[in-house]
Amino acid sequence: MKRNSEKIITTTIRIAGSSSILFLMLIFFFLLKEGIPAIMEVDLSSMLGKRWYPIEDLFGILPLLSGSLIVTVFSMLIALPLGVGTAIYIGEIAPRSVKEILKPLVEILAGIPSVVLGFIGILVLSPLLRRTFNLPTGLTAFTGAILLALISIPTIASIAEDALYAVPKSYRDASYALGATQWQTIWGVVIPAARSGILTAVMLGIGRSLGETMAVMMVTGNAPTVFTGISSFFAPVRTMTATIASEMGEVATGSTHYHMLFLIGIILFLVSLAINIASSTAFQKRDKKGQVTS
Amino acid sequence: MKRNALGIIFILSIIVTACGQTGASQGTGSGATASQSYIENKGSDTLVNLALAWAEQYQNDCPDVQISVTGGGSGTGFTALINGTIDIANASRAIKQEEIETAQASGFEPVEFIVANDAIAIIVNLENPISELSLEQVSQIYKGEVNNWSELGGYDRPIVRLSRETNSGTHVYFLETVVRLGSKEDKSIFSADTLLLPSSEGIIAEVRDNPNAIGYDGLGYVTEEVKKVGLSQIGSDLYILPSAETVVNGQYPISRNLYMYTRGEPSGFQKEYLDWILSPAAQEIVMELGFVPLEMVN
Repeated sequence: MKRNSEKIITTTIRIAGSSSILFLMLIFFFLLKEGIPAIMEVDLSSMLGKRWYPIEDLFGILPLLSGSLIVTVFSMLIALPLGVGTAIYIGEIAPRSVKEILKPLVEILAGIPSVVLGFIGILVLSPLLRRTFNLPTGLTAFTGAILLALISIPTIASIAEDALYAVPKSYRDASYALGATQWQTIWGVVIPAARSGILTAVMLGIGRSLGETMAVMMVTGNAPTVFTGISSFFAPVRTMTATIASEMGEVATGSTHYHMLFLIGIILFLVSLAINIASSTAFQKRDKKGQVTS
Repeated sequence: MKRNALGIIFILSIIVTACGQTGASQGTGSGATASQSYIENKGSDTLVNLALAWAEQYQNDCPDVQISVTGGGSGTGFTALINGTIDIANASRAIKQEEIETAQASGFEPVEFIVANDAIAIIVNLENPISELSLEQVSQIYKGEVNNWSELGGYDRPIVRLSRETNSGTHVYFLETVVRLGSKEDKSIFSADTLLLPSSEGIIAEVRDNPNAIGYDGLGYVTEEVKKVGLSQIGSDLYILPSAETVVNGQYPISRNLYMYTRGEPSGFQKEYLDWILSPAAQEIVMELGFVPLEMVN
């Protein structure tokens, strides 16, 4: 009897566990099925062109790739120090009373819908940036990056904080016993011990930035321009996600444009896959040196 | 029987308002939605406010007809019409040949109704001293050949070009009529750094805040917080501001028809609704919302 119920429970859990793999496979096959025809229909040279204008069958994906990368990289430059810093402050430095207020606040920030942040971006942030930096327009990659940073900071902070929490107290005690200061302990002992969890937080943050659509579509101006230098940070860009979102509703099913949008979906998928693989191989090399895995 | 019922409705629609007793036509109506007086109406974002105002007024007059209106863009409306999820598609451009073919392949002939006119207003920030442009100048701006307001006699500021997304009927109309100046051979397109904003309101908001911006929008959306630019026809020095009068008398160079499309010849309450839209009562609502009626009333 006991065995039977155990069997049922393990099977259920096994199905639940493998279902995510199944869903991933289904999504990937669907993407491939709808996106691969684009490679046949559009030749490579025009696909690597610098102009995306589907009305005239110009399907150059460079501007979209460059737009997504600019916004993501820039948002990470803002979100990483702030997110990890928040986690260190909450986990290691803040007194208990402050910590109890700050932690839920960060979680509330994570719950703000991105479309609301987009509104704030249009009405407050974009005019402010235009005036402060004397830009032609406030709808730029920079504006999008700030909003994306706001969106990904809570993700990074709460996961990194969990990782710091998982570091055993004995590590810190040992460090203090050796005469290390609090900063030396944090920098030299706690962070290295929690690095795998912190890296996971960073990866999820990047994923969040790369995949975010609504807020980005509202504030980046959506002009398909290619990266030309530092000035591109302060110019309008068009991301891959915004392109899919704004054009998918219009496109005729089965047309070249339709297949191209799915191909962009495949590229997004591959980029985030590459980020995940890169981060997990980085862990495995370091794991051998011995550390706490959270 | 069908002809009789339609005849009765026709007479009713003349005598009373457009509102016939829809119940009478139900027995003969064809199609799944005809059994309940329910009209699903979707498409152009330009037309959505007008379509809503019509629907509200019509539902007041005839409480047994229910009309639901949604936006999404002209192309979205055609796709939905072809997929059979709606009864009437709103569009700010005429249906394309491919769309007609897809419709025929799915078993019906789209029927076109011109329901109102719309002028495209070129708008700038209130602080911008420019108040008149020729059509060629607007074309040069959007092609990226003119990049600073000083080249047009304004302040020394960069020009920020705003446009609707490529799925908008307004975008396609503007491309053909303004950027390419109506020439079929001309294959020039918008400058790559043109900002593509997802909504009409987004364009108004950015033009209102940004002294560098130039945008275009249907006249019905333009508020007092932005400045309409007077436009001249090709080869003329006469700058005309967009308004109902200048569109109807043909002086204002960029105006277009707004359309509704049905799945085949409409019948029953759908036909009554479309007949009502073309009536003076409904065309008055067109005026109230800042669009241009089919004919000038008085």
